[in-house]
Amino acid sequence: MKEILEILEKDARTTPQEIARVTKKKVDAVKKAIKKFEKDGVILKYKTIINKELVQDESRAVRALIEARIAPQRGYGFDHIAERIYRFPEVVSCYLLSGTYDLLLVVEGRDIQAVSRFVSEKLSTLDNVRGTVTHFLLKKYKEDGDILKRAERDKRIAISF
Amino acid sequence: MRISKKVNKMPPSGIREFFELVIGMKDVISLGVGEPDFVTPWNICESGIFSIEKGCTSYTSNKGLYELRLQVSRFIKNKHGIGYDPENQILITTGVSEALDLVLRGILNPGEEVIISDPCYVSYYPVTFMAGGKTVFVNTKDTGFKLTPSLIKKSLSKGVKAVLLNYPANPTGVSYSKKELLELSRLFIKHDLIVISDEIYDELTYDFPHTPISSLKGMKERTVYLNGFSKAFAMTGWRVGYACGPEDIISAMTKIHQYTMLCSPIMGQVGAIEALRGSRHYVLEMKREYKRRREFIVGRLNEMGLVCPKPDGAFYVFPSIKNTGMDSIEFAKKLLMQEKVAVVPGTAFGSQGKGHVRMAYASSMTDLKEACLRMERFLKDNAKK
Repeated sequence: MKEILEILEKDARTTPQEIARVTKKKVDAVKKAIKKFEKDGVILKYKTIINKELVQDESRAVRALIEARIAPQRGYGFDHIAERIYRFPEVVSCYLLSGTYDLLLVVEGRDIQAVSRFVSEKLSTLDNVRGTVTHFLLKKYKEDGDILKRAERDKRIAISF
Repeated sequence: MRISKKVNKMPPSGIREFFELVIGMKDVISLGVGEPDFVTPWNICESGIFSIEKGCTSYTSNKGLYELRLQVSRFIKNKHGIGYDPENQILITTGVSEALDLVLRGILNPGEEVIISDPCYVSYYPVTFMAGGKTVFVNTKDTGFKLTPSLIKKSLSKGVKAVLLNYPANPTGVSYSKKELLELSRLFIKHDLIVISDEIYDELTYDFPHTPISSLKGMKERTVYLNGFSKAFAMTGWRVGYACGPEDIISAMTKIHQYTMLCSPIMGQVGAIEALRGSRHYVLEMKREYKRRREFIVGRLNEMGLVCPKPDGAFYVFPSIKNTGMDSIEFAKKLLMQEKVAVVPGTAFGSQGKGHVRMAYASSMTDLKEACLRMERFLKDNAKK
């Protein structure tokens, strides 16, 4: 059943019928498996990957990576404070890391000022946040395994043995 | 006459004209390509680039880089349990194509015969011919395109020196189980035949494990095992293959190779070392993808009324188009002109390919889906009235 995930991860629009055909399974079995994946949270949702380099979304024009040093809390570790932070809609991703700082945040905003305001007013003022370093992102090349460039045309000669 | 009689006698490819037609046309979905649609995995490309940066731009030993021969030897030992000595039983060639030419030239005296299945890969006949040998074609149409002991027995004569096997096969996708190979091997041993085994598609065997015939008892000493990197690692353009076999034959092949090719390109050889050393996860990933495409295209073709058995391996289907009332070339031409889908007429692979076409499913699922829609429409439009 893992193969169903492999197929959907490549193209979420593949229908259960198509999946059934290529995996030699019954359509009902595929549908049931997908339902179970959805119910168990293995499949969280179906999204479209948009190359934002090509579409202007003014409300999210600027992206920054923010390193945050956090004082962990007794009984909660980093989880509590992480939740306080990742619930802000400006925070696109939030990771706990080993090393010189604790949380790595990806934050989006309309412009540099908006991101700066988020950092200075919302993030830094939280009790357990001991310090932040903000890196503004200049260009995206690859994201979550996808190269952000239109696929090149087939370079093979049209017919060969 | 400036051109040698021999070359003049070589039969021209009967479908050259069809090829020109395909190449001249724009926006064609081509199922006529005999190579993977994946590009070479990046770790291999990167090692090739680095080798150039380091200044690895020279000849190598005629036999190929020792490190590559050693890796090939280990790879075959681990995978199939066959031991080949990297010193004198392995030769690195510029693809299996060259290796095949070398082995035929290395073993054949004028007029000696080689048994080959009809249909078969396009180069087998011309290369045998150029080597001075005679081809004994065995019609495999009634055995699902497989050579069987009884078919071969019928074709045996004193002049037969070797049998050329290719499995999984281009163009039919047919392969042999271990049991079938055992039966064949008994016959080969009994009649003291040399076996040339082109197993370039071995990694792409979908329903049962691939067995090299040289791994069977009594076969290693009479088999030249040909393989390479083109298909499993999507490295067609790198031109690296290898031949493994008895010392005397490998040495004869090396003799010709050293005066003609000298060596396989060093960048390709360095890339091949990386292919064998690096992770194999992408080989398996590509295989899973091909397997899914196989299910898709076989299902769709049968649905639309073309009889298409499921191939065991490679990335080709070889459906019958007889019930359309068209011959292979007519079918391919009309399909190209009307729907811009390119397939290869079965007759390109021998007289017994008539009534069939070869379609490669080494294309993206998106292209395969679109090609099938077009073919379905084509069959409806051209249905016999």
